[in-house]
Amino acid sequence: MKYVLLIYAAEKDWTTLSQEEQGRIYNAYWAYTQELKSSGKMLACEPLQPTLTATTVRVRNGKMLSTDGPFAETKEQLGGLYVVDVKDLNEAMEWAARIPDAFTGSIEIRPVMDVSTIDNIK
Amino acid sequence: MTEAAARALDRIFRTESGAVLATLIRVLGDFQLAEDALQDALTAALETWPKSGVPDAPGAWLTAIARRKALDRLRHQRIVEAKSTAVAQLMRLEQEAQTELGASGWSPEPDDQLRLIFTCCHPALSREAQVALTLRTLGGLSVGEIARAFLATEAAIAQRLARAKQKILRAGIPYEIPGRESLGPRLDAVLSVLYLVFNEGYWATGGPALVRGDLVADALRLAASLVTLLPDEPEPRGLLALMMLHDSRREARAGARGELVLLEDQDRSKWKRDEIQEGVRLVENALQMKRPGSYQIQAAIAAVHAEATTAAETDWRQIALLYDELLRYEATPVVELNRAVAVSFAAHPDLGLRLLDRIERTHALENYAPFHLARADMLRRLGRRDEMREAYQRALPFAENEQVRRFIEARTRGEA
Repeated sequence: MKYVLLIYAAEKDWTTLSQEEQGRIYNAYWAYTQELKSSGKMLACEPLQPTLTATTVRVRNGKMLSTDGPFAETKEQLGGLYVVDVKDLNEAMEWAARIPDAFTGSIEIRPVMDVSTIDNIK
Repeated sequence: MTEAAARALDRIFRTESGAVLATLIRVLGDFQLAEDALQDALTAALETWPKSGVPDAPGAWLTAIARRKALDRLRHQRIVEAKSTAVAQLMRLEQEAQTELGASGWSPEPDDQLRLIFTCCHPALSREAQVALTLRTLGGLSVGEIARAFLATEAAIAQRLARAKQKILRAGIPYEIPGRESLGPRLDAVLSVLYLVFNEGYWATGGPALVRGDLVADALRLAASLVTLLPDEPEPRGLLALMMLHDSRREARAGARGELVLLEDQDRSKWKRDEIQEGVRLVENALQMKRPGSYQIQAAIAAVHAEATTAAETDWRQIALLYDELLRYEATPVVELNRAVAVSFAAHPDLGLRLLDRIERTHALENYAPFHLARADMLRRLGRRDEMREAYQRALPFAENEQVRRFIEARTRGEA
């Protein structure tokens, strides 16, 4: 089954870290990603720019409205994602629990919808 | 059908349906389909058994009928929805039915029930969902019975169950027994679901006490089957022993008007001796496996209480030592509180009070009635009446149970 592992972490905390600490986290991510890749279970991996770069778009009554910033103001922000193809939720949980930000932030696991079982798509 | 016959059928359904359902889920790979097929089979049994008599192996009979009903349902579903998953499943099942191997795959395996209980108590499900699913699937309780037991509406429980089954299916929660490396934490989740069911029945947080008695029996039944399914694990034995030792005091726990009777004031002749003996045997048996755990130690504590013929003969030193041990597995303020009570009896109430002061500084149990009740009782034993009354008053807003409230009021008036 395919799952998206969404990484939520407090951006504010990141900016307070020293360069060495940031380097350690980068290294941890690099090692983790290498391992996931070589297991053959990684489909995608996308770290995101911080939320100050975010733009949110809505279309209402035919008009596009855009606002600066992410969709919701929350304590933890979406910082990146992995897409994995694994046996079941247990395996997805095991990989998620090893993402470096799982130790301070949180990882949301969402199964990818299988559109091939929807019959009324033309 | 006579009422006795109906009760007998109900008993068979309750004991058999968990195992039958567990097998159906493994073969069908679909919780909802398995449950619907089982319902069909139970309806068929209700029609035929009163006439033809109960078959020798009711579980096998139910499984065979449920299998046929499941195939019927899948065929029907194929026509109505033309769902590709349903078609694939049907083709697989029809193919399997042709072969000898396929037919034997339908026979219940003892591991099916373990798979089911670990799936129901999967950490990706909420605790409420875990409890409802376990009672519905393994306990064989109806939606209405679960709703009454947890003082919820049938619609709310039905929705909770439907959501949980959806999540199992769509999030890919596997139907399997966890491997060695994750068995420990996963088993803890199962045990705490069963203990929650037991406590809900035993302490009856809300509503009239009588409604909840069945939950105690359900929890005992499920724990006993877990012991059979995992014979090499000591903690399920510890939990079953703990439940039995608590349950042995059920009759003595309430007075003539339903009021709460403290352990030290209970009429010990009302304790069920056979249940105590069985509980003590189980916990000794578990401790011999040399892998102690929280439930085993709690059961050992309950056993020390149960073996004292009078309250004065209680071996409080032993109990205080066991609480020290328990703190290694469960370093919670509630365990600290129980340890303080044991120390107050083993040594002196003053020492107990000092330990309570230490807990109070953490503010962890401010809203916990038993904390204030324990302090009040120590003050009573020291003859500090004014402070005692004050402590009882502080407990009152946090008492969840009518019986506890009446007990506090009686104590403040100085009756008891």
